[in-house]
Amino acid sequence: MLYYSLQRVALAVAICMVAMTILFSLVYVIPGDPASLALGPRATAEMKEALRVRMGLDQPLAMQLYNFFANAVTGNLGYDVWTRRPVTTIIMEALPYTLALAGAGLGWAILIGIPLGCYSAINRNSLMDKITGIISVGTISMPSFLVAVYCLLLFAVHLKWFPAIGAGERGDLADQLWHLVLPAFAIGLGWVGYLARLVRASMLEVLGESHVRTARAFGLPEAMVIRRYALRLAILPTVTLLGIAVGGLLSGAVFAELVFNRPGIGLLVYNEAARRNYPTVMGTVLVTVGVFVICQLVADLLVALLDPRVRRSL
Amino acid sequence: MSAEVSRIAPAAAARVGGFVRRIAADPMGCLGLTLVTLLLFTGVFADLLVPYDPIKIAVPERLMDPSWAHPLGTDQLGRDVLSRVIKGSQIALGVAVSAITLSFAGGVILGLLAGYGPRWLDNVLLLLFDAVYSFPSIMLALAIITLLGPSLGTVVLVVVIGSVPVYARLIRTQTLTVKTSEFVLAERSMGAGRFRIMARHILPNVIGPLLIVASMDVPVVITIEAGLSFLGLGVRPPAPSWGRILNDGYTQIRDTPWIVIGGGIPLIVTTLGFTFLGEALRDQLDPKLRKPVG
Repeated sequence: MLYYSLQRVALAVAICMVAMTILFSLVYVIPGDPASLALGPRATAEMKEALRVRMGLDQPLAMQLYNFFANAVTGNLGYDVWTRRPVTTIIMEALPYTLALAGAGLGWAILIGIPLGCYSAINRNSLMDKITGIISVGTISMPSFLVAVYCLLLFAVHLKWFPAIGAGERGDLADQLWHLVLPAFAIGLGWVGYLARLVRASMLEVLGESHVRTARAFGLPEAMVIRRYALRLAILPTVTLLGIAVGGLLSGAVFAELVFNRPGIGLLVYNEAARRNYPTVMGTVLVTVGVFVICQLVADLLVALLDPRVRRSL
Repeated sequence: MSAEVSRIAPAAAARVGGFVRRIAADPMGCLGLTLVTLLLFTGVFADLLVPYDPIKIAVPERLMDPSWAHPLGTDQLGRDVLSRVIKGSQIALGVAVSAITLSFAGGVILGLLAGYGPRWLDNVLLLLFDAVYSFPSIMLALAIITLLGPSLGTVVLVVVIGSVPVYARLIRTQTLTVKTSEFVLAERSMGAGRFRIMARHILPNVIGPLLIVASMDVPVVITIEAGLSFLGLGVRPPAPSWGRILNDGYTQIRDTPWIVIGGGIPLIVTTLGFTFLGEALRDQLDPKLRKPVG
């Protein structure tokens, strides 16, 4: 288990480093000088030169890559081109909003999706199972940005049940939660269907296995068979999926933040991308990669911990 | 050679015919097949089908509700939304087909190299695939667009960079199983070169599953294109992408709901159609689930 964990952590670190190198080399593979792109066509040569020095573009390539790595490890992601504030500070201001949104979206998807999948598998071919199946396919097919726009149209503009824009008053928790409802609903909806389908499929598989039959033969109550013996195994593919789902949720959050005009990573990166403010964009992208890689790592380790078959083989 | 082809062709045609009939017999599959055919038809003949010029501005007729003259209403510049939706299907399909073709080619080449090439190359490529995969898709897209500027080509590039690792992994896994089989060994013992074996013997055996995965990616790519165009980072105006229409509708959402409704429905219909078709396809390809046509 320890060896596996170390191996898995090493892989995650390697992935992060390659991702950083990709991100770094993107700037050089792509034609055009970032400084002139950021300043626009009317910038003078001196202005460009000053910005190049400020961005560290005047140094040799290998030195730049080394600095990029060394700074990133110490939490320094460079300085914003326009405001000259540290990129790390800017990201840390926006990140909690996005994490709250992604967490709420994932949270309600788990709370509804997993029980729905279990119920469908246990009551296979019932009316509820068929309805769940159709709803699952339907919600998976809806692009999350479209759900966000339609939610805005129906619940905020038309019915006026929920606020349309912003993240709520700072410090007023109830107001912030109130503003969270629609965006979280929008980005989680597809995952409800997805989780329900996955849990149903793996539950059906596990319910046919011999250890479940044995548990039943010993006369254990059905609820206990389901919870202690079937669900424990059936949940494992879902845990792996949840790690991957974070990537999708972060992408969904970008759209939800734009549609509902909420502060967060998505709105930040979108606005700065339009201004070609590349230190901030690259830093933000890097942080999301980090969050995503960590989530996948945690999911993989959790599966190893939860599955006695995997745990003993390690 | 030609005699052989003509002998095989009718049998293959009959098999495809039977396959389509079986899918059409399943109500969901039938619906999926219809929707996908409708999309393809609309996309190919868009220029003949549009009732109005999709980019012609007619300010006096702006923001009209649906009527017989304009079944989906008009947008803030008086352009007919239905015409824009029809023309948009062409853009959506164009992006999907070109992006998936390029990803397919890239995935096959890199997958074969990883699966059949030297061990170190396999490890390097796998790490690279994992690294690209660790970017949340929209974040990678935003990073590339920041540097390249928004355009149709950038959207295609974003999709290709995101899909190649997925396709290549699939081909790699298939290659690893095929490469130890006896016919490959026989070829090698007869002195066939690496590239001949890869192209003539391994490729035909590994490409099938990827064809299905790639064709089911059409709605995913269409959604990405629409999403990026919705953000104003995809197709340049005035080209009527579905995402562009949704963006126009979003800015007018307090005045009229019709543009958002009209622009979103084709997107939903497309993804639903492909999903239903994909489900039916999977059921048919899995012989255990196949039901006889009665």
